[in-house]
Amino acid sequence: MEPHLLTALGMMGQEVALAGEVLAVEEAAATAWWAWPLALFATTFVIGILGPLGGVGGGVLFTPIVGGFFPFNLDFVRATGLLVALSGSLAAAPGLLRRNLANLRLAIPPALLASTGSIVGAQIGLALPARVVQLLLGVTILAIAVLLLVSRSAEFPRVPSPDRLAAALGIGGVYHDPATGQTYEWKIRRTPLGLALFVLIGVMAGMFGLGAGWANVPVLNLVMGAPLKVAVATSNFLLSITDTSAAWIYLNAGAIIPAIVVPSLLGIMLGARLGVRLLAVTRPRVVRYIVIALLFAAGIRPLWQALEG
Amino acid sequence: MADGRMPSQQRGAGAAGARLAAGRPLPAEVGVAPEQLAYANLIAVGSLLATVLLVLGLILYVTGLLAPVVPPETLPRVWHLKVQDYVAATGVPTGWGWLAYVGAGDFFNYLAISVLAGLTIVGYLVLLPGYLRRRDWVYGALVALEICVLVLAASGVLKGGGH
Repeated sequence: MEPHLLTALGMMGQEVALAGEVLAVEEAAATAWWAWPLALFATTFVIGILGPLGGVGGGVLFTPIVGGFFPFNLDFVRATGLLVALSGSLAAAPGLLRRNLANLRLAIPPALLASTGSIVGAQIGLALPARVVQLLLGVTILAIAVLLLVSRSAEFPRVPSPDRLAAALGIGGVYHDPATGQTYEWKIRRTPLGLALFVLIGVMAGMFGLGAGWANVPVLNLVMGAPLKVAVATSNFLLSITDTSAAWIYLNAGAIIPAIVVPSLLGIMLGARLGVRLLAVTRPRVVRYIVIALLFAAGIRPLWQALEG
Repeated sequence: MADGRMPSQQRGAGAAGARLAAGRPLPAEVGVAPEQLAYANLIAVGSLLATVLLVLGLILYVTGLLAPVVPPETLPRVWHLKVQDYVAATGVPTGWGWLAYVGAGDFFNYLAISVLAGLTIVGYLVLLPGYLRRRDWVYGALVALEICVLVLAASGVLKGGGH
């Protein structure tokens, strides 16, 4: 095929893509403005219900679903996703801290690294072209879905002795589990590797606005050997620090649109309350598979958009 | 306590996950440190305040009691733009510039969002004296560094973007 013909076809393709984009914007503009925030409220309400039932934070579902199926730029979706994850972790934090399940001694060192990483991640995310972010987001969401599908947690990983860094920092503890009526003592291992992974988790949380619970728990539990309940509770505390620093970067960049943020936060808050109540009467395993299926669907969407665009 | 050194660890006792005898009185370290409780209470009150502000902001915004900087009906024409283009198209302030517009319907909501995003900074300020009092210099330094990182992020010096 002649080179100039290829060029012409390429230009035609670009024009068609541009026309499609203009059409989509016009369609969105033609819809009453309040219809989108209302749909967003309904969507986040459902995400809020599914999050606690599926054992994932709202942020990891919010960003790919809203980014893929709503007309908002990913910059605003990621900023809102961080606030969604942040509000969820802040809602749970007081109870976990009062019951001593969230361990500050374990959380403070990785929080410093993850929050620094999330600032870098947020800056990278805001600087990258939308198509690259979409592509990376799609790949990340699919990887998270696979991780959720294959990873197994260990309630009490066996850690005969702490590593040198953990011993020097005095990380370890004792917690009382009301479910069993027992008191458990625990230690951690592979602290340097765990801390290095938290830098990466922070960068990804900031770049994609996903929250970080999906990665915090496996690293704390499987890599570092913290008991599962301590890992989940400590992850919640960690998430609030990681997401706060990235959220400020987006907020200062102007990536907060109240018509997107407010219905999302209210929807997630109300949905999560219902989700926690439903937890007692539903089968978490079934919901977990629904969440994983949703993540696969939500991960394919941005990949498709990036490759199509 | 959750954030104190474990006396049992210093003695090198027991394997991780070891179950202590049922019915035995809980060791002192299961108790919650006062600053951890203070942090928990602060987060609880702050989250409630943010929720109230959020609902109030929504009412003021939707009813039009406070006029917005960006009229909501224009949003569908700009919310697909990258943030840099959105800022240029709407003229909304960046950094802490929103404070000048806090009387506007849309920017009133920034109060709730700032409370949410600011809670952990105040929480860490609450934690710091506890570590310093115990002469736990390493954790005192880690907490102080975290405060610096969070304040730097909140300051607006690092706005991001530029694509």
